[in-house]
Amino acid sequence: MTIGRVLDAGTADRVKASLAGGRDVRGVLFRVVLQVALLFTVVILAALLVQVLTLGWETLATRLGDFLTAESRSRAKEAGVFQGLRGTLWIGVVTTLVAFPLGISAAVYLEEYAPRNRMTRFIELNIRNLAGVPSVVYGILAYTIFVTLLRPVTGGKTALSGALAVAVLVLPVVIITSSEAIRAVPDSLREAGFGVGATRWEVIRSHVLPYAAPGILTGTLLSLGRALGEAAPLILVGAVAGSVGYSGGLLDPGQLREQFTAMPIVIATWSTNARPGFDQITAAAIVVLLVVVLLANATAIVLRNRFEKKR
Amino acid sequence: MALTDHAQVRPALEIGDLAGNRRRRRREGRIRLFFLAAALTSLVISALIVGSLAVEAGRFLVGVDPSALWTTGWFPREGFFDIKTLLVATLIVTSVAMVVAGPIGFATAVYLSEYAGARTRRILKPVLETLAGVPSVVLGFFALTWISPHIVQGIRPAAPLSNLASAGLGVAILTIPLVASVSEDAMSSVPRALREASAGLGARRMTTSLRVVVPAAVSGLVAAAILATSRAIGETMVVLIAGGADQAQFTASPFQPSLTMTAAMASLAGGSDAVVGQGNAYQSLFFVGLLLFLITLGLNIVANRIVRRVRQKY
Repeated sequence: MTIGRVLDAGTADRVKASLAGGRDVRGVLFRVVLQVALLFTVVILAALLVQVLTLGWETLATRLGDFLTAESRSRAKEAGVFQGLRGTLWIGVVTTLVAFPLGISAAVYLEEYAPRNRMTRFIELNIRNLAGVPSVVYGILAYTIFVTLLRPVTGGKTALSGALAVAVLVLPVVIITSSEAIRAVPDSLREAGFGVGATRWEVIRSHVLPYAAPGILTGTLLSLGRALGEAAPLILVGAVAGSVGYSGGLLDPGQLREQFTAMPIVIATWSTNARPGFDQITAAAIVVLLVVVLLANATAIVLRNRFEKKR
Repeated sequence: MALTDHAQVRPALEIGDLAGNRRRRRREGRIRLFFLAAALTSLVISALIVGSLAVEAGRFLVGVDPSALWTTGWFPREGFFDIKTLLVATLIVTSVAMVVAGPIGFATAVYLSEYAGARTRRILKPVLETLAGVPSVVLGFFALTWISPHIVQGIRPAAPLSNLASAGLGVAILTIPLVASVSEDAMSSVPRALREASAGLGARRMTTSLRVVVPAAVSGLVAAAILATSRAIGETMVVLIAGGADQAQFTASPFQPSLTMTAAMASLAGGSDAVVGQGNAYQSLFFVGLLLFLITLGLNIVANRIVRRVRQKY
């Protein structure tokens, strides 16, 4: 029996057509709209990169060495980013030394030790909320605590205060990403450890952390990228907008106790400077910062993809 | 074997022996304490944030002339703290950002979750992550030197180079990856069975996406929008660089420069060695900070609650 015998001819044709998958104009249109939205993001990213590369190219091509080693000057042709690089380097070092061990330890506690009770839930909720606090607010915290209250330790408006501000800022993100990595470790690994008589710490050290290491590293690298690009808290801590008086070398830890600037601060200051040539050197400075930040991010993404495939 | 035999035989191991030696146990305790201390620092940080904001904000509110809070602009160094200037500017920037980032972020999420094949996802997700990793100062510069002259001044040629609309578009670019990733998570966690049932009834992919997956994931999408709003309100550098003046007249136009809450804080603190100015300009920084903190905290709490409820459902 064919459909035609039961239904009238018009309906039968429509049913046949839809079963055969006729042209779905609205569906195609919908798909195109989605693709355009997606394309928008790609185009914006491309426009951004093209914009900074074309503006910054001349500076980078003709005087890269000078640009990286010169100090901030009022004439664009002589200005460089050395002091910004020095500040950013030390911010990265302190973040690595303070936020990462502290954040990973907190994650270990929450995932491996913490009892499932209200207190633990409260700590976790608190960390999630901390991750959403705007970065300027961390600047206020840092100003009150590190610059004012702990002045004898930090020396006031110094690179150390700025670095600690950024370290506190990324801490919740480090905890959250590390927790996720630790949570992904299969319980059978832990049970195997306990089964041969290992204590909890021994299991963590020899089983959990090594297994979670790639995930933790991915999260910390992403956080480091964020830390190096932050400007708002540094402004509140009192990063210098112009040239810094301190004249130590790039690797001189004395910077920690001296006034400072950083790459994002240099960029923010130059970008609003209307004098000729400043757009170009701002773009060049952006390229330098992007190379550093995107390198950290790209390493993280590649690392994660590689380990995701393996498991 | 009789049951009584058991009582007579001394077990080879006592229950105490299983606990391990005492030094090892004490070391375990110390290590646990160390990790606990690390976890507790997050509570300390929260307390310090609230404390450092509240003390000076309280002083500001006690010392300020209430009429100075509702005038015609934000001139802290002259003693005018018109809070509505900051709130309206923040609202404008956030609205522009969400009007653009919302649809684009959602559309991206629908495509990634319902349409894209494994290969497309492998290429597109890193692109989004790269965009998410671009520092906000960079987007500030991009908004000022490209978005403003090419887009905003294209729509409104009379607009000055610094304006709230450009800042809003810059913030939109920053929040697209956030909207996209949170809503994609929400849609990916919708069980496959729902899609299969819908397809089994003859629904096309578009119908399945819009009528089945999106409604099922709707609370996650709402959470994404709230999180992005909170992020847009808290964004500082884009607004500071592309949004305009360091003292601002009240404006309700997106094509004028003005100050958001965040930009007001940064420009007040920026550069000068001490926040100079009349009386309580310095304390106004903390007052605005407290306001900002409370608004974003409220939004985040709501969003987190929604996200958790979604996780429990599926």
